[in-house]
Amino acid sequence: MNAQTRRERIAAALFLAPDMVGLLVFLVLPMLLSLVLAFFQVDGFGGIEFVGLDNYARMIDDPQFWVSLRVTLAYVVFLVPLLFGTSLGLALLVRQKIPAVGVFRTAFFLPYMVSVVVVGLLWRYMLGDDIGIVPSALSGLGVPAPSFLGDPAYALGTVVAITVWVSAGYYMVIFLAGLQDIPREYYEAARLDGAGPVRSFRAVTWPLLKPTSFFVLLTSTIAAVTGGFDLVFVLTNGGPANSTSLLVFYVYQQAFQFGEFGYASALSSVLVLVLLVWSLLLFRITKAGKFSYDDA
Amino acid sequence: MTTPDTRRRRARLGLFLLATVLAALTVFPLLWMVTGAFKGPGEVGGTNLLPQSPTLDNFDYVFTQVPFLRYLLNSFFVSAVVTVIALFFHSMAAYALARLRFPGRDRIFLFIFATLLITFPAVLVPLFVIVRELGMLNSYAGLIVPAIFNAFGIFLLRQFYITLPTELEEAAKIDGAGYWRIYFSVILPLSRPIMSALAVFFFLANWNSFIWPLVITGDQELNVVQLGIASFQQQYSGKWEYVITAAAVAAVPTMLLFVFFQRQIVESIKTAGIK
Repeated sequence: MNAQTRRERIAAALFLAPDMVGLLVFLVLPMLLSLVLAFFQVDGFGGIEFVGLDNYARMIDDPQFWVSLRVTLAYVVFLVPLLFGTSLGLALLVRQKIPAVGVFRTAFFLPYMVSVVVVGLLWRYMLGDDIGIVPSALSGLGVPAPSFLGDPAYALGTVVAITVWVSAGYYMVIFLAGLQDIPREYYEAARLDGAGPVRSFRAVTWPLLKPTSFFVLLTSTIAAVTGGFDLVFVLTNGGPANSTSLLVFYVYQQAFQFGEFGYASALSSVLVLVLLVWSLLLFRITKAGKFSYDDA
Repeated sequence: MTTPDTRRRRARLGLFLLATVLAALTVFPLLWMVTGAFKGPGEVGGTNLLPQSPTLDNFDYVFTQVPFLRYLLNSFFVSAVVTVIALFFHSMAAYALARLRFPGRDRIFLFIFATLLITFPAVLVPLFVIVRELGMLNSYAGLIVPAIFNAFGIFLLRQFYITLPTELEEAAKIDGAGYWRIYFSVILPLSRPIMSALAVFFFLANWNSFIWPLVITGDQELNVVQLGIASFQQQYSGKWEYVITAAAVAAVPTMLLFVFFQRQIVESIKTAGIK
């Protein structure tokens, strides 16, 4: 190996070192540790004791765990398709030649800029039973308003709807980028063949947008499985009657309200497991992040 | 008679109206928050968008009764420091991954890419344990250091550096410049557009972050603004004119940032999303 090659390698190692160390300590190590900690009983003062599979046994007998799992599942199943449809619809809308289209794009994206804590406070103010503009507007229209945040039948749906309001603009931008990659000529050709908007969507847009659609589906699912914590924390605090107690929220409660770090790790290892499977799937489908049109 | 031309114009008008209605519905809650900050206790539960008798009392109260300015400064400090260090580290790593030749380069890149999929809430508990063992609980270091590292920035910068032409680097090499010199005087200046996009993105993410500050800080002195408004709500529940004012104060800087840096933000999302 000549001196030049060696110098280049040393330089590369030095350039990479700060980020590699940081990623290992603050991302990879926690991920591995989450799998290890689950076999220990850890208290808030650093005391630690090996307990084998006790945490997992406890999980199986913990009704609250099953409730959280069910809430998380319902949250993902409702949120992901709704978000997909809304953001694709918005992207198609602001793709049209209509006046002031830039203003519309900005408007749809704007909620994404606001922090989730602000979003939570804002919607408590908007939906509050005695203060909210939404219940007053509904009763003004003669529709009896349900208690959006106080009724277990409505609370999770409300959280989902608010999340769509926040994130649809973000996924809209991703869809827009995908739409812009579709050559104009294809639409021209479809139009010359006499295809209307619906036909040309089905024949051109939908198939060519598949890589983007996959990306949005997979990333929004990951975001849904591990997200929602801040919103639930501010909006409902897991209630009413645990109807919005997502698994991430239950993990937080066990760790930071009850000091059960080991048990919380066992719980979050379920999340990590779901993510791992999902990530492998993502890798297989996308070939390490590179989509091609053939396999979509 | 309807020609295809008038039919198209009508369709366009219909779409325009649809977009107007949807945009109004989307923005309304934000408007409601901003105007709510100017409403007195008698009006805050009312149904008028604009206050009948606008008042600044809420702002006065929020800034004098709680150390709200301190919260804002804490958030600003943490977000700015994280952004600067992260940009520096990420561009260094990206430079190595994109422009230098060394064994295992693709594997290291794949490894970094894979860490993109470790989302923060899933590792919250072990991360807390590590930061506690490092003695960084309840400190600015604890707020800042773990927030620096994410693969997103490295990935984006690397994709950008790959597309740069090699001529400038070659010229610098012939002039006898080492790798650090090339990085500082050739690569960094060229990355200004993508760096500004990432800077906005990082700043926002940190300004808006909530869970991490919530679990690792306890002192009021260290409260960031998101934490401040969340605890404000618990303290003043029912006093909606104050709560909504605090929320508006926390949100307005991010919305302004968006208005000024919209193009950069949108570009970075597009690049991250697809390429």
